[in-house]
Amino acid sequence: MKLDLLTSLYVFMLAAFIGFEVIRRVSPLLHTPLMSLTNALDAIAVIGAIILVGEQKSTFSTVLGTVAIVAATSNLVGGFVITDRMLKMFRSSGPPKR
Amino acid sequence: MTAGAGRDQVIEVAYLAATALFILSLKWMSSPATARRGVRCGELGMVLAVGGTLLHHGIVDYKWIAVALVLGVIIGVPLGRVQMTAVPQRTALSHAFGALCVTLVGTAEFYLRAPAVPRFTMAVLAMEVILGSLTFSGSLMAAGKLQEVLPQRPITYRGQNLVNLALLAVAVGVAAYLVYRPQQTQLFPLIVGIPLAFGVLMIVPIGGADMPTVISLLNSYAGLAAAAMGFVLDSKLLIIAGALDGASGFILSVNMSKAMNRSFSNVLFGAFGQEPAAGDAAAPARPVRSATPEEAATILAAANRVVVVPGYGMAVAQAQHKVRELYDALTKRGVDVKFGIHPVAGRMPGHMNVLLAEADIPYDKLLDMDEINGDFPQTDVALVIGANDVTNPAARSDASSPIYGMPILDVDRARTVMVIKRSMAAGFAGIDNPLYYLDRTLMLFGDARTFVGSIVRELGGGQG
Repeated sequence: MKLDLLTSLYVFMLAAFIGFEVIRRVSPLLHTPLMSLTNALDAIAVIGAIILVGEQKSTFSTVLGTVAIVAATSNLVGGFVITDRMLKMFRSSGPPKR
Repeated sequence: MTAGAGRDQVIEVAYLAATALFILSLKWMSSPATARRGVRCGELGMVLAVGGTLLHHGIVDYKWIAVALVLGVIIGVPLGRVQMTAVPQRTALSHAFGALCVTLVGTAEFYLRAPAVPRFTMAVLAMEVILGSLTFSGSLMAAGKLQEVLPQRPITYRGQNLVNLALLAVAVGVAAYLVYRPQQTQLFPLIVGIPLAFGVLMIVPIGGADMPTVISLLNSYAGLAAAAMGFVLDSKLLIIAGALDGASGFILSVNMSKAMNRSFSNVLFGAFGQEPAAGDAAAPARPVRSATPEEAATILAAANRVVVVPGYGMAVAQAQHKVRELYDALTKRGVDVKFGIHPVAGRMPGHMNVLLAEADIPYDKLLDMDEINGDFPQTDVALVIGANDVTNPAARSDASSPIYGMPILDVDRARTVMVIKRSMAAGFAGIDNPLYYLDRTLMLFGDARTFVGSIVRELGGGQG
């Protein structure tokens, strides 16, 4: 696999800019759910672990990878579950119900 | 075209779609109205990414993948169902898990590639494991402090910063040598082990009130570590997700340190509040005015506008549901009740908002410091519940105060200030609060939950 360093750096830089612009607009109201959501998204690292375990190149890498999948998956699932639970609680006073 | 190539294309398209969905997911977090759509979007992106990865042609065996995925779900679901008051420690724990994954994969990748590791790969790999392992141990420590398994008070000693920085410098030095000579594989454990120790030592001197900044910073590190992993594996999806997470953590840390008028280095190396006892004994007992629940209820009932200022004390006392009863009782009497929330109130960014939303207080009543500060002069009663330093007027006026310059909620500009507090003990920063001695201030001594409950009873609302 050829490592295209420069392209990767461009991608990283652009993604960081997008991240700044998008996240700057998140209301402080939602900073806790934001953090748990980015945590869940960060669990995308699981894809690296899955390939590592699936390739079974050595026992060492398989063991480490398996633990890594467990850690990342628990973040992924837990992160989405709790973010949604938190967001469900946020309600506007809106039109009076009574 | 071979079947394998076709499959690779499917994977690439899945990753591309996942990337777009992740960005949309964060974009929709901008407002509570669209935020849940954002979560759905993120979930869909994750399903696509993981599904695509499972098609990868290099995978020869699925047994351990399946076992690990199932175990992850079994651990993850309870972690998603913790009490709202435990969210800060849960968040710290999940930073630790994320960092653990990155560190383990980085370590495995190194030993699979060694001794012939290209320089650039080695450099990003070193960054991945250094950031990963220090985030792992640091986040575990933070979670321990938040869960109060570990002492919350900062622990400091002479030369602490020097020791920490020296450790980090050694780790970076070893990493640099490994870039130059990757065949020296026996050195690799050092760039995992030293940062692990550094992570622990970094959090030891940090106290509870600095947690919002530190959690955000660890969030940023976890993201950067994942991005570094993306460079190692040449995965654009990982690079982008890591960069987004890193940017998010970075923005939050900048917000938090601005809200405390402190720099990052000051938070990390400042160890605020380790000598609170110094002035205590010498300070003469100054008179304060205190009031009973009946008196407080009478004043609140006569008010037109009330601003409630919650702090960590409200979370500790689990008073948010009683506060909601108070909100209902006062709203029913036609009193306009709003909440003024300081960015660093609580133990993580947005902590108070989540607790109040859990208690079913509409989010349009929860106002940011900048939004609410102009309202205080027209406010009849500012009710401070378990907040201290974020209301300290010394931050505005007393240049000798350690918190001078920190933006505060101007509660002292309200007509009457009521402060619910357990005792006259100083706040986290160990700084006396002149607010308590103002003529317009009434101290309501007691447990926040019990006291608010008594006020509600006096107002004839709530459960009674």
